[in-house]
Amino acid sequence: MNVTLARLLLILSSAVAIAAATAAPPRLSPPDDLYKAGTLSPVMPAPEIALSGSDGKPFSMARFRGKVVLLAFGFSNCGEVCPITLATLAAARRKLGAEAADVQVAYVTVDPERDTAAQMRKFLGSFDPTFVGGVGTRAQLEAVYGSYGISVNKITNPDGSYTLGHSSSIYMIDRSGGLRAVMPYGHPADDFVHDLKILLRS
Amino acid sequence: MSRRTWILCAPLLGALLAGLGWAGFAPIEVGSREQLFEIPQGTYARRRAGDLVEILPDTIRLTLGLNDVLLIHNLDDVPQTFGPTIMMPGQSFRLPFERAASYQFICTAHASGQLTIEVEPEPTTPWARIQWRAREWWENHKK
Repeated sequence: MNVTLARLLLILSSAVAIAAATAAPPRLSPPDDLYKAGTLSPVMPAPEIALSGSDGKPFSMARFRGKVVLLAFGFSNCGEVCPITLATLAAARRKLGAEAADVQVAYVTVDPERDTAAQMRKFLGSFDPTFVGGVGTRAQLEAVYGSYGISVNKITNPDGSYTLGHSSSIYMIDRSGGLRAVMPYGHPADDFVHDLKILLRS
Repeated sequence: MSRRTWILCAPLLGALLAGLGWAGFAPIEVGSREQLFEIPQGTYARRRAGDLVEILPDTIRLTLGLNDVLLIHNLDDVPQTFGPTIMMPGQSFRLPFERAASYQFICTAHASGQLTIEVEPEPTTPWARIQWRAREWWENHKK
C-alpha cells in the first residue's frame, strides 16, 4: 500500500474515532407530564362568560365548574375549520370512555347574526349531543372575544354572502375554572386525550 | 507532494477531518429545549408613544428535538395576545412543537402584528448536524 494512502487512512480513522468517542447516548423523550398544548403560568381564572346556552340554560364558566372544559369559538355555517375542530373534540371524548363524563365542550359562536340557540344545538348535536353552544348579542360576544384574545374577520363574497375568519385554538380549563392550556388548531384527538387525562387527574 | 509539504499539511487535514467528524457525528447538546423571549415592561406604552420598538424577531427558528419549545414571558403592564392566547401581565406561555412546519401567529408585541415560527426537523444525518452547527455558530457570531 502506498505510504501516503496509508497515512490518509490513519487520519480518517482517527477523525472517526474522535467523533465516536464524543458521541453520547441518545436523548430521552421529554417527561410524559408535559402538555401537548401550550400552557399558561401562573394559572389564572378563565374569564367569565355570560351568554345563552344552546340547551336553553345560561352559558357561563361557573356553570361548568367541576368539569374540565374545552372552550372553542366558531360558527355553524363554517365549512372548513369548525367541523374539523368539533369532530376532533368528539373523537377525543369517545377515546376517553367513561372519563368523558367529566369533560364539557363549550362552543361560542362568532356569528351572532346567523347562529341562534336552535341552530347551534342542531349543528353541535351532529358531532356530540353533549356539546353546548354559547350565543348572544354582538355586544355580549365581543366582550367575550376581548377577554380571550379572539379575533373575528368578516369576509364578504361577491354575491353578498359572507364567511368569517376567526381564532381557532381550543382553551383548556381545569375543574376549578383555571385557564391552564391552549391547544392550537390542527392537533389530533390523541393529543387532546393526552392533555385531558392530565387535567382530569390534577 | 513533497515530504516536507505533506508533514506541514497532514496535521491541518487531520484537524479539519476531526472537526468535521465531530460536527457530523457528535450528538448536539443544548442546555434547554426552551427558546425564551420576553416582552419587556413598557412595550405597549412605548408603542403608543410612536416608538416602533421591535422586541421579537419577525421569524423565530426552532428545531425539533433541540429547541422545540417556545417560552414567552409577558413582563409588560398590559395583556398581550400571542398566537393562540392572551397573556396577562406577569404570565408566561409555553408552547411545544412536535411537527416541522411554518406557523403563522398573531402577536401584539410585534409592530406588524404577525409572527412566523419556522420549526425545522431534527438534524439526524451528519450533513444536517454540520449545517445546524454552522448556522448556530453564524447566528451567535453576527449578534
